[in-house]
Amino acid sequence: MSEKISKDTVSHVASLAKLELTDEQLPYFTDQLDNIMGIFDSLNEVDTNDIEPTFSVTDQINVMREDVADNWGERDQLLKNAPDVADGLIRTPTIIDESED
Amino acid sequence: MNFLGKDIASIHESLVKGDVTAEELTKEAIQNTKNNEKDINAFITIDEENAIKRAQEIDKRGINPDNVLSGIPVAMKDNMLTKGVLTSAGSKMLSNFKPIINGTAVNKMLDADTVSIGKTNMDEFAMGSSTETSYYGDTNNPWNLDKVPGGSSGGSAASVAAGDVLAALGSDTGGSIRQPAAFNGIVGMKPTYGRVSRWGLIAFASSFDQIGPLTNNVYDNALVLNAIAGHDEHDLTSSDKEVPDFTKDIDAGVKGMKIGLPKEYLGEGVSEDVRNSIQAAADKYREMGATVEEVSLPHSKYGVAAYYIIAPSEASSNLQRFDGIRYGYRSEAAKNLEQLYVKSRSEGFGDEVKRRIMLGTYSLSAGFFDAYFKKAAEVRTLITKDFQNVFQDYDLILTPTTPTTAFGKDENKDPLTMYMNDVLTIPVNMAGLPGMSLPAGFSNELPIGMQLIGKPFDETTMYKAAYAFEQNTDFHNQYPKIGGDK
Repeated sequence: MSEKISKDTVSHVASLAKLELTDEQLPYFTDQLDNIMGIFDSLNEVDTNDIEPTFSVTDQINVMREDVADNWGERDQLLKNAPDVADGLIRTPTIIDESED
Repeated sequence: MNFLGKDIASIHESLVKGDVTAEELTKEAIQNTKNNEKDINAFITIDEENAIKRAQEIDKRGINPDNVLSGIPVAMKDNMLTKGVLTSAGSKMLSNFKPIINGTAVNKMLDADTVSIGKTNMDEFAMGSSTETSYYGDTNNPWNLDKVPGGSSGGSAASVAAGDVLAALGSDTGGSIRQPAAFNGIVGMKPTYGRVSRWGLIAFASSFDQIGPLTNNVYDNALVLNAIAGHDEHDLTSSDKEVPDFTKDIDAGVKGMKIGLPKEYLGEGVSEDVRNSIQAAADKYREMGATVEEVSLPHSKYGVAAYYIIAPSEASSNLQRFDGIRYGYRSEAAKNLEQLYVKSRSEGFGDEVKRRIMLGTYSLSAGFFDAYFKKAAEVRTLITKDFQNVFQDYDLILTPTTPTTAFGKDENKDPLTMYMNDVLTIPVNMAGLPGMSLPAGFSNELPIGMQLIGKPFDETTMYKAAYAFEQNTDFHNQYPKIGGDK
């Protein structure tokens, strides 16, 4: 199942996960992930033909409720958790960086 | 007074008689905790002001003689939302986060009139087996400060074991209540998936996570589960099955009960002392009138491999919400949106969390979904079927909780070795079953835990069997030295 995990693969996966690895971290994580994924091969020993996968252990499927929003009326408290706020809104750095197009 | 050797019912009696007030108890709990913190570091936040205020309110209202939890000091794991009180999940990412609501389990504990004195230390986002991945420093094991308390509910377990509080809530994704309960010589219950609402629990792996109680003894544990169990419209995976009184007939004994002892759980990797304790526990059950027979759970050995595909996959999805925008840590170095995500996440998450996010992202990525995620989910089905087969003939399953006693803080621990720590607890979460750990012996003055696994929603039988064992053994009456006088 698994092949040796390369630094390139780990670097790619990190970028998909919006993580940045330093030059020191990349070999460190590559070795560890390769080691961990080694145990995944053991699953090949298991015959899973005709076996349905289990994604949830409950038998509760599609429980419905009224679509009523509850905002707790705590806007000010909620905004206290935001890293940067202006005029009752959450402020972020420039989203469209025009210098890069 | 610390709370070692005390039980909730006797403290309740003192409260009702007026021998002690909730305020006095709360102050004692806070003092116990402060005395122990320099050695143990079980708490991230001691919520002294709110706790005392709340206890005063309870005293003013009067202790309800019919509510045994009224005025009882407890603690909450720091991944459960507590209104206005830091809820960090052990992470730098949430080191400034104060929720605007309480989680359901927290609310239910408040409705039961308990007094939470604070938030306990934990592995970052509940990822770990030693409470060493916490941003807030390691917790130490009260039995031996050079040993880990287990994880990720290590702070909750240590706070109970050290006598700080009478009960604490923990969460268990792959063994995070039972393994620290075993390492700290206390009782930890992971209820059936769906028994307790996960609403307001910071998600790690949603199809595994479950909240449960850690206590000094079995009866107290049942009392706390009584308080937190039940359907919650906010959590669509919470069950609407009726919640029985888990203390009812708890002393009924085990005569006629059939207990399975899976051979796969006593094999390689399990230390001799642990194995001997479990065999002795099996003999004790036979002595008490139960039948204990060897059974087989052949797919359990694949539990760890399947778990470390599925759980990180779910985690990678759950943790995508930490983007540095609405709450949580934001990097000051970010100059544009992409950098805001990447730098905030890279600076805010610790190594273990990054490792699991990458494992999950890889398992779910194009070309690997079938080979990894789907395959693991199929193996999950087989693990569940093994349990169903055994439960056709048996009421309970008995295993060790952990392969060894608490390991040293200074031991060289690569991630894979750490992951193998939960080899005996993970299959229970894979199948969504209830599992509990209770004291079953000692090795080199460190506690050994035994695990009871039950049928879905049959915590009642587990409590009966655990109570019978506890009443006929003396392991739960021994305390760590850190606690001082009893």
